[in-house]
Amino acid sequence: MASEAPSHPAILLHDAVALSGRFPLLAGVDLEVAVGETVLIEGPNGAGKTSLLRVCAGLVALASGEASVLGLDPVRQRNQLRRRVGLLSHASHLYDDLTVRENVKFAVRAAGGDTDRIAGACERWGLAGRLLKTSASKLSAGQRRRVALASLTARWPELWLLDEPHAGLDASARDTLDRLIGDAGAAGVTVLIASHETEFVESLAARAVTVTGGRITGARSIGAPSLGVPPLGAPSLGVPPVGGLTGGPTDGLDALPGPGPGSAGVAGPIAGPITGRPAGEVAHVA
Amino acid sequence: MWRDSLLVAGKDLRIEARSRVGLYQVAPFGVVALVLFAFALGPDRTQMAKGAPGLFWVAVLFCTVLAVQRSVSVESVDGARDGIRLSGLDPAGQFLGKAAAVAVQLIVLEVVLGIGVVLLYGASIQVPWLIVASCVLGTVGLAATGTLYGALSAGLRVRETLLPFLFLPIAAPVLLAGTRVWQAGLAGGTESYGSPWLRLLVVFDAIYVALGIVVFGPIQEAA
Repeated sequence: MASEAPSHPAILLHDAVALSGRFPLLAGVDLEVAVGETVLIEGPNGAGKTSLLRVCAGLVALASGEASVLGLDPVRQRNQLRRRVGLLSHASHLYDDLTVRENVKFAVRAAGGDTDRIAGACERWGLAGRLLKTSASKLSAGQRRRVALASLTARWPELWLLDEPHAGLDASARDTLDRLIGDAGAAGVTVLIASHETEFVESLAARAVTVTGGRITGARSIGAPSLGVPPLGAPSLGVPPVGGLTGGPTDGLDALPGPGPGSAGVAGPIAGPITGRPAGEVAHVA
Repeated sequence: MWRDSLLVAGKDLRIEARSRVGLYQVAPFGVVALVLFAFALGPDRTQMAKGAPGLFWVAVLFCTVLAVQRSVSVESVDGARDGIRLSGLDPAGQFLGKAAAVAVQLIVLEVVLGIGVVLLYGASIQVPWLIVASCVLGTVGLAATGTLYGALSAGLRVRETLLPFLFLPIAAPVLLAGTRVWQAGLAGGTESYGSPWLRLLVVFDAIYVALGIVVFGPIQEAA
């Protein structure tokens, strides 16, 4: 948990290109996310949202470009980084032959977390009583998701990467998740939420960036109308990026909603650097 | 590294204790292999006792393939491999932990197979320390190479067939040295006959444990 404002952004990607074989996962992404900021990554299926999160988690190396996550190189310092990052992905990362409690305990101990938080985290996600001693193989998909979220809650890393976090959860669990994300943001945790179900998560984020075809093709601050995003390859509208990669934290956008004062005292860029590739193709903020 | 290896070994052993795959599948497979070898050799007890060392180690090799397959497959379900990568555990610790868990299972299995060899083949142990030393050293080598090549084949759809293809030729020195030491241990031969082969096992172990510590991380990231 961040206790004072760090000198670096939580996430800084510059012209990031990632490949799977010869298939491009990311095709030149520029993104800056301030510490304590909650950002929604939106886009259709296959747009590159998950790949963006995996790059930030150090699971996918860049083929070119630059990346810094929590001030660390996601490739060369991947082990240090991974202990400070939590990724909630489509998979729950559970071992079927271990019980719920054993799975959470292993996840927390492996990441060097505080095991004293396990009981509270499990309770928060309705994992109590006999359920704690139930083997993961006997859980429903929604329950497995709760266990994964309990692990994340118990670990309480500095950067949360949530991939379709509401998928498979019932209404009650969705509410719990929304409150948890709110708490995390208030505590200075940086949160990236990738989702194509934006109606569930819009209230949680200060701004949204749109990913299409492995590129960031637009951005908007939540609650404000998005600037039209031209199709890929369209000429630039000539709108300069606000708070670019090296831009100031607000650049005159102070009035827009952003991370609260509780977020480690960091006023992140409300509408951060959002450019596609090639340069000038897309550079829009709300 | 040691803390991480203990954590991973504990997790893998707990999973094996729960699933009982080793108890209900791997150990019976090894015993069945010994029985089939006995059928193939015929009723001549002398011949069976003579072939016992080699047959023991062939059975151990086959069981190692199953144990390593199992060790790899538990990380393949529900994105567990990504989960363990994301935990930030030291890759060297992961390698040592997974290899240690496989080694513990193999030691238990070798006790079962050793009893089987004595009962089925009428083998008589004359120099127990040679038998024990070869089992310990051979197990370390097999667990290290198996874990290393298991990581290489992880993530591939053909890993079930690729792993034996990669692993068995590499494990040939263990088969050879283990068999020679067992021959000395069973026949009551001179200890000096077994010692060079034990040294070979020590060198083999040192090479593959060191190699695993160094390359497990990059292999895991590439898999």
